[in-house]
Amino acid sequence: MKITDIVKVLDAQVVVGREDMDYSINHGFASDLMSDVLTLEEEHLILITGLCNNQTIRTAEMANISVILFVRNKQVSQDMIELALENDIIIISCKYSMFKTVGVLYENGLEPVY
Amino acid sequence: MMHNEFTVVEGDFANAGKASSEIKKTLKQLNIDNQKIKKIVVAVYEAEVNAIAHAYGGTIYVDLDEEKICVLIKDKGPGIPDIARAMEKGFSTASAKVREMGFGAGMGLPNIKNNVDELDIQTEIGVGTEIKMIVNFNS
Ligand SMILES: Nc1ncnc2c1ncn2[C@@H]1O[C@H](COP(=O)(O)OP(=O)(O)O)[C@@H](O)[C@H]1O
Ligand SMILES: [Mg+2]
Repeated sequence: MKITDIVKVLDAQVVVGREDMDYSINHGFASDLMSDVLTLEEEHLILITGLCNNQTIRTAEMANISVILFVRNKQVSQDMIELALENDIIIISCKYSMFKTVGVLYENGLEPVY
Repeated sequence: MMHNEFTVVEGDFANAGKASSEIKKTLKQLNIDNQKIKKIVVAVYEAEVNAIAHAYGGTIYVDLDEEKICVLIKDKGPGIPDIARAMEKGFSTASAKVREMGFGAGMGLPNIKNNVDELDIQTEIGVGTEIKMIVNFNS
């Protein structure tokens, strides 16, 4: 799915990376547990999470994940924005719950890692 | 041969990952294989979080040559009473604060072990813990 399509189906907002709307991603992984994210071998994926702090961005950085989607209207801090910019990470934010978000993305063809 | 040191401050979650991030940048500049980079930075990041979460901060020593990277994380923490138990997936004494940060599921040490070629943990109760990890670039 392209970022632009993800934004459309989730009524979401791009917080960082507005110039990357054509960036395309096939896989998704949803977790609030960063240690779990750090076990993944697959890298070309979107991380869907309700955990919204510096550690989310750092985890994506270490795991080579280039797109993060925050659910439930989480506030992204200036620190997080700067970390994301520094590491070319796209941040999207939507108001839907984790359950609804992954359901909608799955329905639209985003594939699971496992 | 390259040597570098980083300080890790107790409870400073906002800066957890700074050392791992610097290491990643250095290795990328040296054109080290991406999978090797990921292995060492994931391990160092988990260890960094542990030094912040379970110990009272510490120092990270990085030694790098053409063949390998060696990272030593020395903390002045409480030590680990039972290393075998701490290495088990799921064992954790993490506080609520640590879990709020997205860690504390007892996966850190197993993650570290899975990613590095060599791991050595020395610990003394009331003194601290030293975790040494090596990733070889040509294996
Ligand atoms: N540097 C350390 N100093 C003291 N105890 C530690 C240290 N690192 C790990 N531990 C102990 O080992 C346990 C397991 O660590 P880990 O596998 O990283 O899981 P977690 O950090 O999620 O608890 C910790 O909960 C803690 O009790
Ligand atoms: Mg840990």
